[in-house]
Amino acid sequence: MTLKTHFREIEGRSARYVALLGGLLVLVALGVLAALMKGSQGHYITGMNNQVVWGLPHIFAILLIVAASGALNAASFSSVFGRVAYKPLARVSALLAMTLLIGGLVILVLDLGRPDRLVVAMTHYNFKSIFAWNIFLYTGFLAVVAVYLWFMMERRMNRYVPVAGYTAFVWRLILTTGTGSIFGFLVAREAYDAAILAPMFIAMSFSLGMAVFILVVLATFHGTGRPLGDLILRRMKNLLGIFVVGVLYFVLAYHLTNLYATRLHGIEAFVLVNGGIYTFLFWAVQIGIGSVLPLVLLFHPVWSQSRRVIAAASGLVLVGGFAQLYVIVIGGQAYPLEMFPGYDMSSSFFDGVVASYTPSLPELMLGVGGVGFALLLFVLALKFLPFLPASLSDEHVDPHADRSSTRTAAAGA
Amino acid sequence: MSSDNSAQLSRRQFITGAAAAVAGLTIAPGVFLLKPAEAAQNPDGPRWGLLIDTSKCADGCTACVRACHEENGVRSLGRPETDAQWIRKVNLTDRATGHQHSLPVMCQHCENPPCVDVCPTHASFIRPDGVVLVDKHTCIGCRYCMMACPYKARSFIHEALTDQKPHAPRGKGTVESCTLCVHRIDRGERTTACVEACNRDGHQAMTFGDLHDPDSEISQRLRNYGSTTIRADLRLNPAVRYQGI
Ligand code: SF4
Ligand code: SF4
Ligand code: SF4
Repeated sequence: MTLKTHFREIEGRSARYVALLGGLLVLVALGVLAALMKGSQGHYITGMNNQVVWGLPHIFAILLIVAASGALNAASFSSVFGRVAYKPLARVSALLAMTLLIGGLVILVLDLGRPDRLVVAMTHYNFKSIFAWNIFLYTGFLAVVAVYLWFMMERRMNRYVPVAGYTAFVWRLILTTGTGSIFGFLVAREAYDAAILAPMFIAMSFSLGMAVFILVVLATFHGTGRPLGDLILRRMKNLLGIFVVGVLYFVLAYHLTNLYATRLHGIEAFVLVNGGIYTFLFWAVQIGIGSVLPLVLLFHPVWSQSRRVIAAASGLVLVGGFAQLYVIVIGGQAYPLEMFPGYDMSSSFFDGVVASYTPSLPELMLGVGGVGFALLLFVLALKFLPFLPASLSDEHVDPHADRSSTRTAAAGA
Repeated sequence: MSSDNSAQLSRRQFITGAAAAVAGLTIAPGVFLLKPAEAAQNPDGPRWGLLIDTSKCADGCTACVRACHEENGVRSLGRPETDAQWIRKVNLTDRATGHQHSLPVMCQHCENPPCVDVCPTHASFIRPDGVVLVDKHTCIGCRYCMMACPYKARSFIHEALTDQKPHAPRGKGTVESCTLCVHRIDRGERTTACVEACNRDGHQAMTFGDLHDPDSEISQRLRNYGSTTIRADLRLNPAVRYQGI
């Protein structure tokens, strides 16, 4: 028999909580400072240039946006796929999805050349632009998830939760497709001219979102001293492992299809063999410590019992995702545009050479500022509204759900 | 859809090598072929373009680059990676034969410009006469157009600028590129700073004119001699065409 879930705000008066708030505020302040520096000096103080026009901030932003969509996993499993075990976590899951998305968007906006013209972006739409579409997808996602949360938290609206849950689930799939399509539509660049980028981003959203979610759940339950049973945790770590395999599958498919096309051999060799930092990030970080190592940790019969190991594996998945986005976003730009096939090209505008890019401090500050902002919103929300279940000990998690989850896992989820 | 249409047409030009009368073919082949005399008052209006004969373009000469940047107030700030360049000389070496030549590359004023397609705010736009421009008042500096341009034609302004030319507004945090000397076009002049400089130095490698007017020098040259565009495979039908690549 499952015990009824009680949700309670967190105290928010402990020294630890205040310290956490303080730490996050420092991160936010760093981000604001970076934005001010960029605004007054211009982008030349960053590592970005006319060759690599999107840099570290975009990697942070995309990571947050992709993870936001994936953070909704737990809520979707409960409302859409009827996995009751996840129901107590549905609220936190939806909340985290919203705050991560906001953090990512803030980074994107503050990195614009003219962030002061946000109003222009809101009032002049070019409907042929994936970017303009994404503005709708992102704001729409926030609205849909907010309504979903409200339905979950307001008893009278509870019966509409499945509808809202479905809407949110479909919306997040479209949203991630839209994010992947930002790159998929760039026909001129060899690294991006691939339809598979959109589904690959969806797969990434599942794994990155689950990784963030596990870390956040572990931290909040541990930090608030609320019981968290192994049942739910084991289930989530198994899913994380499956999602990591899913991403690997798309990475493999992407490179195999590219290797099939002779015209893409240059970019493939660049990423896989001779691209220096990009090759290193691909093999060592994305594949090695970001995919293979976490898989070993997550499925090792003994190690995977430890929460520390699960947390470490989740962290490594995030590191791997970061590396993957670095290779896609920066590597794809650093590789020279092939304007004259069959010719070697040179100019004063860095044609024909691998563009240089060195991430700069202001970019890093902006990136961590966005992460800090997302988490700040999250921990503040926990204090003011009952998002967090009072207990997730094993007897609070539906024991029957265990089997259904194993089935999901077996079906490849 | 019009883009499909022109894609087909540009494929035809590509396959037959009959690059003549680009504009006429693009818009209304029938009318154009039957009534060449009237096409000068083309109901579609002009489409401005450039023809660059790379066999006449001298190695090491940068007259066009200097003239453009002088004309439009584009100056180096001593940071090559972030300095704007509206036009640049590209040196090519044929990998198979070792043959070398060079040519200027600027915004190609595509008929189906990817920069315009991706721009979220319509700041990138194409005028009816085919000139692709950035509206400096609505550009938010997202740089998506730079990601999308196959010719690396655009520059982002990475720092504050001074001494701008009144006819070429520029500003920190926005993107810019060759305007096809639109201020001259709008004044009724029929040449650009780069073409003028090339002619002044005696190379005669560049021709400016109306691609829709069959009697214009550029149209006649295009009709009589083969030409191509950079990355013709993308079917963007640029208004800047090349000979001798
Ligand atoms: S060359 Fe580039 S900037 Fe110019 S119209 Fe074409 S896509 Fe746009
Ligand atoms: S940088 Fe400006 S012109 Fe380019 S896509 Fe963004 S808003 Fe449009
Ligand atoms: S047409 Fe004008 S703006 Fe364009 S490259 Fe030539 S001189 Fe520069």
